Amino acid sequence: MTQAEAQAIPADATAHAEGQQHPIRVYLIVWFWLFVLSACSYLVDILQFQGLLRWGLIVMLMLGKAGLIIAIFMHMAWERLALAYAILVPPVLVVIFAIIMAFEADYTLVTRLVFGSG
Amino acid sequence: MSDHALTTHTAPEGQPGLAGVVSDWSSDRTAFKTATWGKAMIWVFLLSDTFIFGCFLLAYMTARMSTTEPWPNPSEVFALEIFGVNMPLILIAIMTFVLISSSGTMAMAVNYAYRRDRVKTTVLMLLTALFGATFVGMQAFEWTKLISEGVRPWENHWGAPQFGAVFFMITGFHGTHVTIGVIFLLLMARKVWRGDFDTGKKGFFTSRKGRWEIVEITGLYWHFVDLVWVFIFAFFYLW
Repeated sequence: MTQAEAQAIPADATAHAEGQQHPIRVYLIVWFWLFVLSACSYLVDILQFQGLLRWGLIVMLMLGKAGLIIAIFMHMAWERLALAYAILVPPVLVVIFAIIMAFEADYTLVTRLVFGSG
Repeated sequence: MSDHALTTHTAPEGQPGLAGVVSDWSSDRTAFKTATWGKAMIWVFLLSDTFIFGCFLLAYMTARMSTTEPWPNPSEVFALEIFGVNMPLILIAIMTFVLISSSGTMAMAVNYAYRRDRVKTTVLMLLTALFGATFVGMQAFEWTKLISEGVRPWENHWGAPQFGAVFFMITGFHGTHVTIGVIFLLLMARKVWRGDFDTGKKGFFTSRKGRWEIVEITGLYWHFVDLVWVFIFAFFYLW
């Protein structure tokens, strides 16, 4: 462990005791990247990417932005895992729900196409 | 017991990884050792809000996947004519940048709040509120435009009638969240400016002493609103 690291650890410990304290620079960098990622997702529409490329880019850029906001702006990266897991794991249920409903929607569409307009 | 003893505690050393999760959860005391009750509660609230918006978005997915009519192309629906140039989705892009900027100023407000810098915290919170109000204003413009073009929750000219219902429901709910956020930001900025958290002035609603941490809690709500917009932007406007 270098001297700098040894000094960084107690500083981090007091940051927890006094609330979240991080250099402003971190926020500015994240802010910059959020702008870049948003511009990229807008470009996906401007350039009219279609199909898998479009969806893949949209989802990746979306998850990148969401990750930055949660981890840095909302300080989840500095919270203990006990809190992070309690908050970040339950939304997996929404994803499972979405998958179930995707099957259901597919079935509904087939029945509408087979049995008449809807 | 003083308010101070009620809300702060020293945390025992945490274990890394899953072992730390298990030992914290099974310690029969406080599961969230470093998060105060206020922070834990706003996170639980945001989790419940995640389920609400999650259900809205998956209802939208279900409606869009199961309709036999074509879904209106958001790129064209939300295009604006600016100086004779047709810009697809331009208003939504500007709204996105405004909301991200508001998140940036909010993050810095939280930072200055923990440095006990009243002036900078107040200014940054007011700036955040201004960005938020701008966002709501542009959303009102967007709604007006679509309504004047004949979009209703039950019909529109471009295709699947569910488009209107989904649009008004999701953006309306999100806009309400932004509006509530702006109101909270203004209330808290006033408290910060007045020095309530230094003097220990009791709140008019809770009758308890406010703490500087409320700025971070307000910030968590605000960032969440921005976070929801990231998903709405991706799934509703870009898809």
